[in-house]
Amino acid sequence: MSEHTMQFMPGAGFRARARAAVDNPALRRSFRAAMDFLIAKRSAQFDDPLELETLRTLGEQIRQYNLGKLPELLEQLEARLTGNGIQVHWAETPDEANAIILGICKAHSAKLMVKGKSMVSEEIELNHACAAAGIEAMESDMGEYIVQLAGEKPSHIIMPAIHKTKEEIAHLFHDKVDGVAYTDNVDELIQIGRRVLREKFLVADIGLSGVNFAVAETGTLCLVENEGNGRLSTTAPPVHIAITGIEKVVEKLAHVPPLLSLLTRSATGQNISTYFNMISGARRPGEKDGPHEVHLVLLDNGRTQAYADEQLRTTLQCIRCGACMNHCPVYTRIGGHAYGTTYPGPIGKIVSPHLLGLEATATLTTASSLCGACGEVCPVKIPIPDLLMRLRSEAFSAPHDDPRLRGQGAARSRLMSGVWQIWARIYRSPTLYGITSWLASRFNCLTPSRQGPWTAVRTPLKPAPKRLRDLLKEKA
Amino acid sequence: MQTQGVAGKRPADIYFFATCVVDQFFPGAGLDAITLLEREGIRVHFPVAQTCCGQPAYTSGFPDQARAVAAHQLTLFPENWPLVVPSGSCAGMIKHHYPRLFADDPQRRAQAEALSLRVYEFTDFLVNVLGYAAQDQGAECTVVLHTSCSARREMGVHLSSRQLLDGMKGVTVAMQDHESECCGFGGTFSLKQPEISAAMVADKLESLKATGAERVLSADCGCLMNILGHAAWKDAQDGQTSATLPGEHIASFLLRRTEQGAAK
Ligand code: SF4
Repeated sequence: MSEHTMQFMPGAGFRARARAAVDNPALRRSFRAAMDFLIAKRSAQFDDPLELETLRTLGEQIRQYNLGKLPELLEQLEARLTGNGIQVHWAETPDEANAIILGICKAHSAKLMVKGKSMVSEEIELNHACAAAGIEAMESDMGEYIVQLAGEKPSHIIMPAIHKTKEEIAHLFHDKVDGVAYTDNVDELIQIGRRVLREKFLVADIGLSGVNFAVAETGTLCLVENEGNGRLSTTAPPVHIAITGIEKVVEKLAHVPPLLSLLTRSATGQNISTYFNMISGARRPGEKDGPHEVHLVLLDNGRTQAYADEQLRTTLQCIRCGACMNHCPVYTRIGGHAYGTTYPGPIGKIVSPHLLGLEATATLTTASSLCGACGEVCPVKIPIPDLLMRLRSEAFSAPHDDPRLRGQGAARSRLMSGVWQIWARIYRSPTLYGITSWLASRFNCLTPSRQGPWTAVRTPLKPAPKRLRDLLKEKA
Repeated sequence: MQTQGVAGKRPADIYFFATCVVDQFFPGAGLDAITLLEREGIRVHFPVAQTCCGQPAYTSGFPDQARAVAAHQLTLFPENWPLVVPSGSCAGMIKHHYPRLFADDPQRRAQAEALSLRVYEFTDFLVNVLGYAAQDQGAECTVVLHTSCSARREMGVHLSSRQLLDGMKGVTVAMQDHESECCGFGGTFSLKQPEISAAMVADKLESLKATGAERVLSADCGCLMNILGHAAWKDAQDGQTSATLPGEHIASFLLRRTEQGAAK
């Protein structure tokens, strides 16, 4: 484990960041509007609830089937990819993944890498690793390019720059891109970005991309995108490196269409994305284009921990559509950066504990009212609220000698455990409950008027002078 | 909507599980629900040993403590009668989470599974078991309905409250924006992440008020505690001397509007 991951405690400052976010009316308004837009786009795609339910069930089954035979499929995938001339690398940690990628770069004396959108590359902080090694890594997805220019991280897994207004982007381009006059015309801004990026594709040494589905039976890497930058990143430079998590493998090509349909409709409300790339190898003799070398880096980074537990394994069903974030009332109010994790929102809360450990992420698991909006829209039916409750209980459980989850018991406090012990003692005993609730009602005039955070925006909770059981006794 | 258990038959006897929130904070709502059921000719049994469904501990990450409390409730409803709960969230706890809570305890699991089949949320029971339609006697009024997330997503009974209100001749139900969004209560969530919870309840109150409705109704007292608590706090901040948006449990509203000479 690197020092970096050891010290990375997104839970630590979470409340302060959340407070700052909810106190920022501009941010609140813009996230609300953006999420409403995405919600409406998605629901327009799924106007038939029965079809949606059937498709979600199919999506869930496909993901569960494939996870069920994951070890076998990974072997098959490696064999087929190798047969297709794609070199396969295994990385257990972010550091290992970075070392593999930098090794390939070094072998080609690479100076410039263009990147298609890849959340796994964010997860391993590849851009930092490249910078430290003197390699320029340039984001080519428009949203990623914007957050890179701003020196920020994506605030949404599908729409990385959703937190930025067009005026902010206009200033950013004006300040950071040579020879650009200020304009907040969106079309012009996009053209500026395209112009800068086009030049880079032609001179880049390495093209890096993510993978949405890796097909084991054919050894095919599937990549979903809308801007064509994914296609350029994976075809123009002489070397293509793809990186993804080990859970992305599916056995059959036939598994892809239902998942693809669920993905694009849930994510952006598109029937199908503008581009869908299927990469099955490097340039073959006689072919005029395509990279000379293709690599795939398969990253674990805590995924096997989730895999080992039947319930937590469902976390790996995720196809990274972002719908859970768009529909989350918490995400809508605080935005993505407040979470402090690569993956924000509901999916971030259930996957980050495996990537970073519960010490660092226990607080995030409490940031949910368990309203269930995420689970309701998830295209592969991940029971997100159940997983959150499970992770909470793991965080509060007694520390284990041989923990199954990194950071198990990390959030345990004597006070908390004591409070729930007393609570249980009262509520499992009708006598004790009878006495305490009677006292609370009888002496309700003594109810404190300040009740911690509750009364910051609410009147105090005050027991009624008579309980229901008293009223019923009087009535009888 | 319920399809299993005793649905379809009109039962003579039912159990009533009030929930700890109703027992201590909204006893009037519980009494009104019981009165309404009795008026429909049903014998309502209230085992006095009942306390709490165990949900607060369960959702907070303390399943052992929840199990201890749940195990006690399991012993209280021996007859094969429906168990009616005036809260979607507590009904959901008993119906869906009890069987899981006792997954490793064969005897209790069997009890929990059997009980699960006869748990009903109050409005669902009225509409889908009793076929109840309120004979509205009240003056014209506009209300707005907040449905709890558990009633909507866990119990799937969000349509029954609306159906009850839509059938009342003097009642207009206004529609708030972001109707299906959580009010921000979430049990201990409101204490652990108070800023986010506060932002959620403030937005909820605003959207409810924007409808111009005279009162807010809900079939869950947890949400009411949060929404009305915030509304009263906001009124005090604004120097209002009476509630700008009063609210109550739907049982109280139904009972009052169906009594002879009913007011609003
Ligand atoms: S958890 Fe479900 S809804 Fe959220 S990103 Fe993954 S697939 Fe999409």
